[in-house]
Amino acid sequence: MNQRTLLQVENLVVHFPIQKGFLFQKTVAVVHAVDGVTFQIHQGETLGLVGESGCGKSTTGRAIIQLQRPTSGKVVFEGHDLTVMDGEDLRRMRRRMQMIFQDPYSSLNPRMTVHQLVSEPMAIHHLYPGKARTERVAELLNMVGLNPAFANRYPHEFSGGQRQRIGIARALALEPSLVICDEPISALDVSIQAQVVNLLEDLQESLGLTYLMIAHDLSMVRHISDRVAVMYLGIIVELTDSATLYRKPLHPYTQALLSAVPIPDPKAERKRQRIILQGDVPSPIHPPSGCHFRTRCPLAAAICTELEPEFREVSPGHWVACHMV
Amino acid sequence: MTALLLDVQDLETRFKTRDGYIHAVNGVSFQLREHETLGIVGESGCGKSVTMMSLLRLIPSPPSEVVNGRAFYRQIDLLKASDDEIRRLRGSELSMIFQDPMTSFNPVLTIGAQVAEPLTIHRGFSQEEAMEKAAEMLSLVGIPNARERLNNYPHQFSGGMRQRAMIAMALISSPKILIADEPTTALDVTIQAQIVDLIRELRNELGMAIIWITHDLGVIAGLAERVMVMYAGYIVEEATVDDLYDHPQHPYSIGLLGSLPRLDASKRHRLISIDGLPPILTQKPAYCPFLDRCRYAIERCRKANPPLLEISPTHRAACWVNPKTGKERL
Repeated sequence: MNQRTLLQVENLVVHFPIQKGFLFQKTVAVVHAVDGVTFQIHQGETLGLVGESGCGKSTTGRAIIQLQRPTSGKVVFEGHDLTVMDGEDLRRMRRRMQMIFQDPYSSLNPRMTVHQLVSEPMAIHHLYPGKARTERVAELLNMVGLNPAFANRYPHEFSGGQRQRIGIARALALEPSLVICDEPISALDVSIQAQVVNLLEDLQESLGLTYLMIAHDLSMVRHISDRVAVMYLGIIVELTDSATLYRKPLHPYTQALLSAVPIPDPKAERKRQRIILQGDVPSPIHPPSGCHFRTRCPLAAAICTELEPEFREVSPGHWVACHMV
Repeated sequence: MTALLLDVQDLETRFKTRDGYIHAVNGVSFQLREHETLGIVGESGCGKSVTMMSLLRLIPSPPSEVVNGRAFYRQIDLLKASDDEIRRLRGSELSMIFQDPMTSFNPVLTIGAQVAEPLTIHRGFSQEEAMEKAAEMLSLVGIPNARERLNNYPHQFSGGMRQRAMIAMALISSPKILIADEPTTALDVTIQAQIVDLIRELRNELGMAIIWITHDLGVIAGLAERVMVMYAGYIVEEATVDDLYDHPQHPYSIGLLGSLPRLDASKRHRLISIDGLPPILTQKPAYCPFLDRCRYAIERCRKANPPLLEISPTHRAACWVNPKTGKERL
């Protein structure tokens, strides 16, 4: 595979202050949503980012595209550090990276027609003037499997899967190189999920797209991704290619997560050994000292309380943050 | 074979809307035996929840109406029972847990009061006795410091703990049947594993029968003994869990299983998607409701809606075609 790095995320931190008071606001605590993540995405690949609710995976996605300004760290996309850019420069960069959102019911303006929705990005960036724009909309709708004759309809006239297709057409309107998909299928029914996943795979092949696939469904992420990063409480605990992730998971959280995912096969299910984690994820306002996972970790030792484990490469391309590996 | 516990025949439920009737459940028949775990699988709008809500008479009428059917639980027809009788059964022998642990509790009552309520209302327990039993039940479902936790309000519980508390509430009256409507859908996967594990343990310990409603073919594979697949208000396939996953007979079941990526898949393959959308049930279809999305359809599918045909004594499917051969079933 061509290993040209498209996106480089370095030590990305996003903290949300919790403020009290009306006139004289003061920060009383900080939500450690993303607590220092580092990874690269290569040109043309799909990187999956999985984790459970509140682990910071969506915030990471939003911080990459600068919808949420990071507290610190670098996001280098096509050679430019986005965290120091703003205004027109940043807007121009956004042409190259687009986002597909989770909820196709709330991410489309109900008062705009499909044509308006899909052509809006082109209008903002002054692309495809005049008749060319209508043609481009038709081309995009064809591309995502919608009939261009529906361009004058409103979102409520479409099903969930079709609406997600409209969202995809809108994201592709500016010919981005990187598409960040934030739970693109989790609001859809099972039989429709496969339609959208197949569409995303086809589009990647025909347009040479690079995906960051953010989701909680590990079997779907593993299916669609070349490499997978597993997040827990604001940090990436393990990153490797998707075959190795299943065959040889190293981090105890990854192992527990994999064993918790049900497999649609009764015989396989009966044979499985489950690692059941105790308790809940701690609050990101006061993450545990040292290793964030130590409070639920079956292997936790004294060092895990004292020292934050380093995110290190244990074999080529296989990164883990754990003292016990 | 264990004794028959619930016998449902030809259940039909429809909803009255401004644009006419929506036929949500179109003649559903099934049986449940003691200690059995039955899975009901289907996508949104297939009628799986409405079926159960109709049986427990939990859907408001109007707009809904049960137009046909019988549902016998110990010689009592649930659909015709008096309001008092059904209320008594719901509080003791037939329990239900719901999908969303966030909204299924009353936010201004303590967890203890809500978990203990069935006992004071239906069993004549005193407040103290009921609270004592509630604490026992909460520790049985794995809530630490159960006694102190009785005085907590729902917002002080995490999602997983609320679902545990709901299970405690449903099981406190030792029901014969536990109906679980997508009980883990709103939860994270590691918490889901905790809850499924808990239900499995409680089932062995308390011996109730379970009806588990879900859209997730993964969860049900490790839990149920028998599975029914629903589509457009019909049961389209019914089989033991092994038969269904190894030899699915209805094209819809085949599609559903093919559209799931498997975590243990060794190499990447394209998912089999089911084209198109489920029908809108403004009228009961005269032909097979899956026809428009089916790749096996033959002429006969256009003419008549297939009933559940027996494939083996433990396997039935509502399809005219044998998907293995692509030819009409004889």
